[in-house]
Amino acid sequence: MKKAFPILGVLTAVLLSYALYLALEVAPREQTMGDVQRIFYYHVPSAWTAFLLFFINFVASVQYLVRQKPQTDKVANWVVMAIGVLTCIGAYVMKPLPQGMYPSSVVTTGIAIVGFYFLIRKYFSEPETDILALTTAEVGVVFCTVVLVTGPLWARPVWGIWWTWDVRLTSTLVLWLIYVSYLVLRRFSTSGQTPVLAAALAVFGALDVPLVYFSIWFFRTQHPQPVIGGGGSIDKRMLHVLLINWLAFLSFAVLVCWSRYRLERMKRDVEETLALEALLEPRSSVR
Amino acid sequence: MTFLYAAYAATWLIHIVYLVTLVRRYSRLKQELDEFNKKKS
Repeated sequence: MKKAFPILGVLTAVLLSYALYLALEVAPREQTMGDVQRIFYYHVPSAWTAFLLFFINFVASVQYLVRQKPQTDKVANWVVMAIGVLTCIGAYVMKPLPQGMYPSSVVTTGIAIVGFYFLIRKYFSEPETDILALTTAEVGVVFCTVVLVTGPLWARPVWGIWWTWDVRLTSTLVLWLIYVSYLVLRRFSTSGQTPVLAAALAVFGALDVPLVYFSIWFFRTQHPQPVIGGGGSIDKRMLHVLLINWLAFLSFAVLVCWSRYRLERMKRDVEETLALEALLEPRSSVR
Repeated sequence: MTFLYAAYAATWLIHIVYLVTLVRRYSRLKQELDEFNKKKS
């Protein structure tokens, strides 16, 4: 594992440089917006990465909450499996599906929920799920910040305004605020119940993610309709550049999460050692 | 082009600032650990 980190680091650097080259030089120039449309290759992958990180935060938080009691844990396993099966069946039985949903995307979501749930359960202990939740929330906020900064920089030359209070933009801002409040809670609360409270907040906060994602289908918004999987069309070369950029940012996110996760583990180990030492100190002075 | 470069620069600025905070947190923790070890020995 020690060797994997620098290897992934080098791979990510190469991938990010290649993705940047593709975005600026290889991707075709969009006819209406011109070169400013190339912000798309940073804006959209950052949003997808943030959603994925918040989703992992949600699953890790649920894991942390249900593992408080063994019985709840068992029930949760069955509930998650039922959700997975019902989602897959529902994707083909329910007709028509709500706008913006396709059988393949619904099945993928169902499999992702079950997959992530049991993967996290297998590889992370109860305290580790808490660290994973904290890590993904923090890195997710960074990516969400990128979305909120690059969005207005794209909107100004195209819409003529920096910001508008439409559903997609407002719900994204609310999502960012929810996770910032989550981090503030974790940073400043000294209660022993902080991880439980934070996990509960994360579960409710994650409900905003589908609202952000589907808002452009359910409401009239200034934000453009999706060009992928929403009936829109995108040039194949643009799609290729977009996916390479997403892969690069995903790889970068894994790397940053990995570093943050190690740092948090180290911090908790140090705190534990210091607390133990403080407990033992009076005894040794009596002797 | 100004907005495009501004967006790309802002993206990397945000990531770099976050990475710097991680490095600073790491060095602070390491310093704390070193002080503890020194005190113990």
